[in-house]
Amino acid sequence: MNLLVTKVLTKYFGDTHAVDGVDFTVQQGELLALIGANGAGKTTLVNLISGMLRPDSGSIVFQGADVTSQSVHGRIKAGIARSFQLVNLFDQLTVLDNVALVIFSREGKTRNFVYLADHDRPVRQEAMDVLQRFGLENKANMLAGGLAQGERKLLDVAVAVALRPKLLLLDEPTSGVSTREKAPIMDIITAIVRSEHITAVIIEHDMDVVFKYSDRIVVMHQGTILADGTPDEIRTNDQVITTLIGTQASG
Amino acid sequence: MTMVTVLSRRLLLSAAVILALLVILPSALDPYQTILLSYGLIFAIAALGFNLLLGYTGLLSFGHSAYFGMGAYAVAFIVKYLKITSMEVFLIGGILASAAVAALFGFLCVRYTRIFFGILTLALSQVLWSLAFKFFWVTGGTDGLRVPTPSLLGMQMAPGQDKMTFLAHRYYYYVLIIFLAGLAVMWVIVHSPFGKALQAIRDNETRAEFVGVQVRKYRFVAFLISGAYTGLAGALWVPLNGLTTPEILHWTFSGKIVFFTVLGGFQTFVGPIIGAVVYNYLETYAVGHTVYWQLVLGIVLVVLVLALPAGIVGTAKRLGLRLRRAA
Ligand SMILES: Nc1ncnc2c1ncn2[C@@H]1O[C@H](COP(=O)(O)OP(=O)(O)OP(=O)(O)O)[C@@H](O)[C@H]1O
Ligand SMILES: [Mg+2]
Repeated sequence: MNLLVTKVLTKYFGDTHAVDGVDFTVQQGELLALIGANGAGKTTLVNLISGMLRPDSGSIVFQGADVTSQSVHGRIKAGIARSFQLVNLFDQLTVLDNVALVIFSREGKTRNFVYLADHDRPVRQEAMDVLQRFGLENKANMLAGGLAQGERKLLDVAVAVALRPKLLLLDEPTSGVSTREKAPIMDIITAIVRSEHITAVIIEHDMDVVFKYSDRIVVMHQGTILADGTPDEIRTNDQVITTLIGTQASG
Repeated sequence: MTMVTVLSRRLLLSAAVILALLVILPSALDPYQTILLSYGLIFAIAALGFNLLLGYTGLLSFGHSAYFGMGAYAVAFIVKYLKITSMEVFLIGGILASAAVAALFGFLCVRYTRIFFGILTLALSQVLWSLAFKFFWVTGGTDGLRVPTPSLLGMQMAPGQDKMTFLAHRYYYYVLIIFLAGLAVMWVIVHSPFGKALQAIRDNETRAEFVGVQVRKYRFVAFLISGAYTGLAGALWVPLNGLTTPEILHWTFSGKIVFFTVLGGFQTFVGPIIGAVVYNYLETYAVGHTVYWQLVLGIVLVVLVLALPAGIVGTAKRLGLRLRRAA
């Protein structure tokens, strides 16, 4: 079943055809890797789907409903959550509060200003559970700004997961961390995505990571979709091999 | 016992001591000193409101004189046109009027952030200031409007009692109680889920939007509460001052509110309170002791800000932490 379908989705920045007539589908329950060289248009595609950018033309249908002109807020309510290529956290809040805030928001409790956030046991408990699954429970009371890079990347994903999305868009969850740290981070993320049956689109440059974790791979090149297939199909796709040569190191 | 309970015990203890001091001070000080303290507490209410925007939402307003002034003028209008002198009516009128202005100005300002937000708040407050000049038949122009001593909870000032004593006792306690109530309410607000959402917006508005917080709406509500607090302070201030003039609407007064807050430390909850009280003393003494008071005050403030970049309370907290670690 198709969870998300984009039709001839297009976004230009001046002469740059960042996303150029893209038909992109995400199936319910899959873990899809979105790959492509720097500047291929991956982040722009995620920005369009998450509502951060408006497309020039084309449409986005999520769970059968057209969300092309829906607000960011509306899309989050519908179940689309995302993380960011460059970590986006609430640095002066504690790690626990970063997640708790999301739960308050999800439950519509952020409108409430007559009770103490710290006294909401169910929310605190759920936030701790989320942190535990991401291996961050020992950092709960630290300020998010004080975390190490790898932990920040994980918390960035945890914040999106705490929204309990139907579709999770992760923009390079392992960028900016050492190669040694990549696998453990991806292990944690994919385990959570699998166990909670979250449909996920993960942008990733590291091909080993991509082949290891994904059900399906979509390759972008200069704003268009170059290839779409299982890891085995992509691995042996000559066109992909020629276009992606030399880009591996740059991720 | 955990570190946290030790800390909060210490906090409770010091709060109790300060509260006891505030209660017994009027019997120990001469009336002039008590009145000075009342001014400090009133400015502290304004600074608390202001800091909901600066410290918690990350918006620097240069136009809070508008809400303070609106609170004060609303009271003066109640006296002038309705001939009412009940303090409770003053407070309600002051809060409603300033909230109405904050709603209007906030609606325009929250579309912007950073310097644009600051400039717009400043410009709008200057509009109000010039209106107070232009419509002199309503506002009294530069002469301002007089406000008599109000009745407190229906009780008039005792006949024959002199105004100074009234202000230094009954009125002081009235101010103190409202200050404490305002403090408690603000404390709950900033620690509520709503308060967390504001802090999230302050730290990262993009991410706040992407976890479902409607940034503009929340900024607007924060603006409204902030303006209403500052208006409440204006309403409390005017009977103490006996007079309201356009000066209180001028941007230089907005600058003072910014100053209270930065001086005390905007990254702490109590910073703005300490800053307001301290600034009020500094200014009063500088004015009293030298004709060059603005120069002297300016230099003192520059030195304080350079020496204590985290503000008085922020610096004290850091020192406290360092001492505890060393121990
Ligand atoms: N806001 C913007 N304004 C102008 N040009 C942009 C903007 N965002 C992206 N672009 C351009 O659009 C193209 C696609 O960028 P995008 O960020 O989507 O690529 P990407 O595949 O995510 O690359 P990377 O792997 O480096 O993250 C690039 O040429 C980029 O320079
Ligand atoms: Mg990108």
